[in-house]
Amino acid sequence: MMSRDSRRHWVNRIMLGLSLAAALVSMLPLFLIFFHILSHGLGSLNWDFFTHMPQPVGETGGGFANAIMGSLILLVLACAFGLPIGIFGGIYLSEYGGRKAAEAVRFASDLLNGTPSIVVGMFAYTILVRPMHHFSALAGGAALGIIMIPTILSTTETMMRMVPRALREGALALGLPYWKTLVYVVLKAARGGIVTGILLAVARIAGETAPLLFTALGNQFWSTDLKQPIAALPLQIFTYAISPYDDWHQQAWAGATVLIALVLLLNIVSRLFIRNRLAGKRS
Amino acid sequence: MKGDRIFEGGTRFFAILLILIVGLIGLLLFKESLPAIRKFGWQFPFRSVWDPVAEDFGALPFIYGTVVSSMLALLIAVPLSLGVAIFLSELAPPYLRTPVAFLIELLAAIPSIIYGLWGLFFLVPWLRTSVEPFLIKWFGLLPFFQGPPYGIGMLAAGVILSIMIIPIISSISREVLLAVPNDQREGALALGATRWETTRMAVLRFGKPGLLGAIFLGLGRAMGETMAVTMVIGNRPEISFSLLAPGHTMASVIANEFTEASGEVYLSSLMGVGLALFAVTLVVNAGARALVWKVGGKAGRT
Repeated sequence: MMSRDSRRHWVNRIMLGLSLAAALVSMLPLFLIFFHILSHGLGSLNWDFFTHMPQPVGETGGGFANAIMGSLILLVLACAFGLPIGIFGGIYLSEYGGRKAAEAVRFASDLLNGTPSIVVGMFAYTILVRPMHHFSALAGGAALGIIMIPTILSTTETMMRMVPRALREGALALGLPYWKTLVYVVLKAARGGIVTGILLAVARIAGETAPLLFTALGNQFWSTDLKQPIAALPLQIFTYAISPYDDWHQQAWAGATVLIALVLLLNIVSRLFIRNRLAGKRS
Repeated sequence: MKGDRIFEGGTRFFAILLILIVGLIGLLLFKESLPAIRKFGWQFPFRSVWDPVAEDFGALPFIYGTVVSSMLALLIAVPLSLGVAIFLSELAPPYLRTPVAFLIELLAAIPSIIYGLWGLFFLVPWLRTSVEPFLIKWFGLLPFFQGPPYGIGMLAAGVILSIMIIPIISSISREVLLAVPNDQREGALALGATRWETTRMAVLRFGKPGLLGAIFLGLGRAMGETMAVTMVIGNRPEISFSLLAPGHTMASVIANEFTEASGEVYLSSLMGVGLALFAVTLVVNAGARALVWKVGGKAGRT
């Protein structure tokens, strides 16, 4: 018969051990995914992958050149749609909006943040694809741009608020109008943090596939026409992964390696940005 | 000054544009699903037929699939995530906290399509050859584990989703736990409670609404997740009690059939499914945020 106290201490040890085990088990998929991607992807990755076009079924070789180009175009388009709303909306929240108005904007941004990306894709389909009678790069870029907004909006707001009051007062005292104070002094001081937000948002949309399924649609050929369907890296990975051909599966793994390298790079660079900012603050 | 007014007007314009976009998403989805609502009435969410040839549609199989796959995901992810959060906020030595938190947050950065690819080529075959035969052998009498081991199906979707929501639930739970005042812990420890008793009675109880909110945020993400689920769930609009059987979710049916939808009623029915998905995630996320704010301050705003 165990005493009550020793039982309590055993329960203590078991529960603490379980929480350590939970941490280990939760990290396991990360290592498995990295291992599988590297072991399959690196082998199929070569120069042709970046410079060649997809080959018809049955012919080996070929690459994702059009998909990489397509993804770049889509990301630029997404920034063109998403950055103005995110950044100016964020400035509005931190500098102007009355309490009610700011709450409404913030609420809308939170709703958008929780909206599944495929629903945003349906929206872009309804307002752009159907009236234009064409799947297009434009519609894909718009869908991705909308998905970026909440992240950029909230980082811009937070970073603008973090700029010390004295800086604004100094600029205003020198006779700068308020808007110039905001653009040349406050925005400039908040730049590092805002860039971080943008990088994180780009990292998130670079891997988005669902909203592109019926906006950008994908394209097996070289296309840079914004009014035509366009290829994208994640879309091409999807098409190749669910195909029945081994050769295409290999290409999908290579695509996944490139995509994950891109996403991780963006994440790590943005983290370094934050760290430098904090370090700069301390000194 | 004139420049000031123009600049303020400009920022207000973009802020209002955001509200318009969100409003339009809901409005347009509703407008587009009207033909389906007219044809099938308000029973649309409760009908279990999905027959594009006969143009007869109901959303029940997808609602069922979404609910079951996300519940399965929560069942796996919640204990693990809470364990991670407790480990990171109460237990881990300081030098371990940052790297472990970073590694688990990396899971959130991996795109859905990559989870799908990995799920399709590793998780599914592993489930088919090792896990599912075992479940059938030992638990085959239960209705959840009947039928042949396909690998793809509800179970695979639940496992993939759980991996994807662990980083969300655990990082928000961790912030909630860190927001619990230290007096709570010290009080309990001073009374002679063990580490675990302190955590259970003083920390977890205090942070309960926030932890519930974190779980809801994970649920919201699981319900809207598309690509990874589409690739492993089997895509069949049937309702089966067995977790080994293929299924469909609201998001996966849209991903699969939207470009093929010919005919007004078909497209409109898919829009109706989208509207339902939008509405459900909206409610879940709003509830989650309200709960997290109660404890964690701004922890929920990510």
